[in-house]
Amino acid sequence: MSDYILEMKNITKEFPGVKALDEVCFKVRRGEIHCLVGENGAGKSTLMKVLSGVYPWGTYAGEIVLNGETQQFRHISDSERQGIAIIYQELALFPELPVYENIFVGNEIMNGLVINWNETIVQASKILQRVGLQVDPTVKIKDLGVGQRQLVEIAKALSKDVRLLILDEPTAALNEDDSTNLLNLLRELKEQGVTSIMISHKLKEIVSIADTITVLRDGRVVCSLDAQERKISEQEIIRHMVGREIENIYPKREGLEPGEVVFELKNWSVTDRQSRREILHSVNLQVRKGEIVALAGLMGAGRTELALSLFGNVPGYDITGGEMYLKGNKVQFRHPAEAIEHGMAYVTEDRKANGLILIQDVKFNVSLPALHKLLHGLVVNEHEEIVMATEYKESLDIRAPSVQTTVGTLSGGNQQKSSLAKWLFAEPSLLILDEPTRGIDVGAKFEIYTLMNKLVEQGMSIIMISSELLEVLGMSDRLYIMSEGTITGELTAEEATEEQIMAMATKIGEGVAG
Amino acid sequence: MKTERVKPMVQTESLGSEVKALLLGNIRDYAMYIALVVIFVIFTVATKGLFLSSRNLINLVNQTGYVAVLAIGMTLILIIKHIDLSVGFVAGFTGAIAAILLMKGWNVWLVIPTVLACGVLVGVYQGFLVTKIKVPAFVTTLAGMFIFRGLLSLVTAGTGTIIVRNRTFLQLSNGYIPDLPWGAHFDFHLLTLLIGIFLVVATIYTQAKSRRTLQRYNFKTTSSVIFVTKLVSLAALIMATTWIMASYRGLPWTAVIVTIVLVIYNFILTKTRFGRHIYAIGGNTEAAELSGIKVNQVTFLVFASMGLLAALAGILYTSRLASATPTAGVGFELDAIASSYIGGVSVSGGVGRVTNTIIGALVIMSLTNGMNLLGVDISFQYVVKGLIFVLAVAFDVTTGNRR
Ligand SMILES: Nc1ncnc2c1ncn2[C@@H]1O[C@H](COP(=O)(O)OP(=O)(O)OP(=O)(O)O)[C@@H](O)[C@H]1O
Ligand SMILES: [Mg+2]
Repeated sequence: MSDYILEMKNITKEFPGVKALDEVCFKVRRGEIHCLVGENGAGKSTLMKVLSGVYPWGTYAGEIVLNGETQQFRHISDSERQGIAIIYQELALFPELPVYENIFVGNEIMNGLVINWNETIVQASKILQRVGLQVDPTVKIKDLGVGQRQLVEIAKALSKDVRLLILDEPTAALNEDDSTNLLNLLRELKEQGVTSIMISHKLKEIVSIADTITVLRDGRVVCSLDAQERKISEQEIIRHMVGREIENIYPKREGLEPGEVVFELKNWSVTDRQSRREILHSVNLQVRKGEIVALAGLMGAGRTELALSLFGNVPGYDITGGEMYLKGNKVQFRHPAEAIEHGMAYVTEDRKANGLILIQDVKFNVSLPALHKLLHGLVVNEHEEIVMATEYKESLDIRAPSVQTTVGTLSGGNQQKSSLAKWLFAEPSLLILDEPTRGIDVGAKFEIYTLMNKLVEQGMSIIMISSELLEVLGMSDRLYIMSEGTITGELTAEEATEEQIMAMATKIGEGVAG
Repeated sequence: MKTERVKPMVQTESLGSEVKALLLGNIRDYAMYIALVVIFVIFTVATKGLFLSSRNLINLVNQTGYVAVLAIGMTLILIIKHIDLSVGFVAGFTGAIAAILLMKGWNVWLVIPTVLACGVLVGVYQGFLVTKIKVPAFVTTLAGMFIFRGLLSLVTAGTGTIIVRNRTFLQLSNGYIPDLPWGAHFDFHLLTLLIGIFLVVATIYTQAKSRRTLQRYNFKTTSSVIFVTKLVSLAALIMATTWIMASYRGLPWTAVIVTIVLVIYNFILTKTRFGRHIYAIGGNTEAAELSGIKVNQVTFLVFASMGLLAALAGILYTSRLASATPTAGVGFELDAIASSYIGGVSVSGGVGRVTNTIIGALVIMSLTNGMNLLGVDISFQYVVKGLIFVLAVAFDVTTGNRR
């Protein structure tokens, strides 16, 4: 029974100032689905990067044994040759290229010196069938949804005859349906003999799919749980991960009555300048003081576009109709700077693309939107900056050696906390959070929720864009459901149910063509 | 509150491993000093010491002046991921305007601000095209290169080379600061020496202060041995340079002008909000925009400042040659861009320091100066400079990737 496809022995990996992995031993049985869990910064991604050769042999200590043979990968291509494929936390597809080219990029089907495109397309269709993706292989990646892109990534891995598939948070950006699809695919691949290692923060799916669960904490293995022997509960995983019990991951707010309306949208319509397509149709919405309002819906429902159009309209949409009121005054912002001045803040959905300056350190990022608070005459006071950033680092528990650490080297969750810190420093009265807990561990989620509660208790108002139904139900006072650029429903948290939200989220906006 | 999970590594490194880590971590910075030393040694040997003579070193400073000024402006442009190919001919053109106005009998103190204003105007024009019309900077300034080359030919067409005779103007790139009244008692330039001593004290003070700040917040600092070594060599370098100048004819005005420009721009970049915005835009333009930074406004100002500095470089160059010629400015853009890259500006933007750019400018101009001394053919000089340029960038890209 204990035929191990992979054994990693005493892996130690250090970065300047951080011991990311400390004598980690990690064993994976052939043909199983092995889930790797742990808090943000526990070292999960690092362990997988060591395995796949991103961190080449010699930059870490320890031994990797694959199929009984010791391996010394110097490059990702070395591990690929041994049948290992890794799908990163950040997708690595070419948006402007068609699906079939993406699948075979770096692995082209050649006909002498030229690429055999016909054969490529035929092969691509076969693989797409295998992963259950029904799209034309000639469509471009940018025209696919996130869930479909994830499947293309897997198709790409399969095209290389993979035997050990590594997925780093594959479902973080997927909705429930797409997630279920993906998990089913993993089960199918398991039938076909593919071993998978999956990193995830979504405990529900881990419990449902894992054969073995390994928990990492602070770069060490806490335990390896056999889920085939007995059923492992979410609570048990949390306890191992965080080292304590979390009773209710959605903390309750003290019976707080929302105050007067502080933000209102009336018939807000927006057209995309390039495609001349109306992307938001007559949106009406209200937010009260001290209220958490959720914008629920599926990926691509237009929620991020809505936020961007309000917050200084960076993409340069045409606002074709409607009004926005902030504290009773009609406003329209031509630049985020104006929105910030009026007390708005927007924590972006994609922290790497447009949330953080990855090459700069924590303090630089945190102080950026409100540098004027640190100005003494012309000079940015670095002393105050460090003190301030350190306070946020501690209160949000950002795990970094110091506020001088480059943000790009932080783990996903800690980057998310940094981008939250940056907007808290701006002290907004209306905070828009776009998928605030994507890729965040349970402990950190709980902390962020607690923080949100504290903020609204202090009188802040929050608009939370979220695709996670449980989060929407657990955290909001009221929620709007969006679909295809329209609000298709409004519910209070008490009356809302998952089914109701899903029904409204898939409803096509009434009276809207295209 | 949970306990701190990340354990900062205790500072028990040995000196050897620290030196190694320091070298590896800052290879980008050290490479340029190493290059400078190598160039100095090679040319000193090849010219049998002529290269290191006071006269030549002063010459080098005066030659570096206009390139350094251009490179400082270019550094800002490159940090925000743009480029300016027109600076050479903008400098040439504005320099010619200076010469013409002087020839017409304008007062020199009126000529200088007028010419600087012309430079700003050029920058405003290019900045407008880049930020408002969204013509890529590469195209805008490539066109600018042709436009200002043409304008330069036009204004010098009637007269050919325009000779400048104004003494004050010529001082800018050929003169030295006056000495103190007591200086006559010494056989060296007293004021220059005093300035040098002041610089050493100021350097030690600021370095020690920033190190203390780092320690106060428990940030990682270099060990005291290395810190002292660094300070001593820096002080020695400043004193050596000062002595060379003091024992000759004193501090050249060019050095004063470049230092003032450097101090101002270094202050802007490292201390002010505007500087933060520049680095933020270079690091991630979209994130910067969404953090409330007016990217267009900053970009526009950076181009305007480039125009200003190009005009200043034009003034320095015209003063240096005591004339404006139809070919002034050829290849300056390459010198400026190369100085920035050699000085550690990243090709992908967001990284760079004007203080290092100055060293980069010294590297480039030592090459030029040394090859001129050796009588190397100009065509061959181009080849060498081009190669050094591309090497510097290749080096940046490869070391950058490994991080
Ligand atoms: N390139 C790097 N340079 C310096 N430190 C790094 C680097 N990459 C990771 N680290 C550090 O190593 C630790 C482990 O990071 P890792 O990305 O493996 O965490 P993770 O478990 O994947 O977390 P998450 O769930 O947030 O993705 C973190 O403290 C992180 O800051
Ligand atoms: Mg990770």
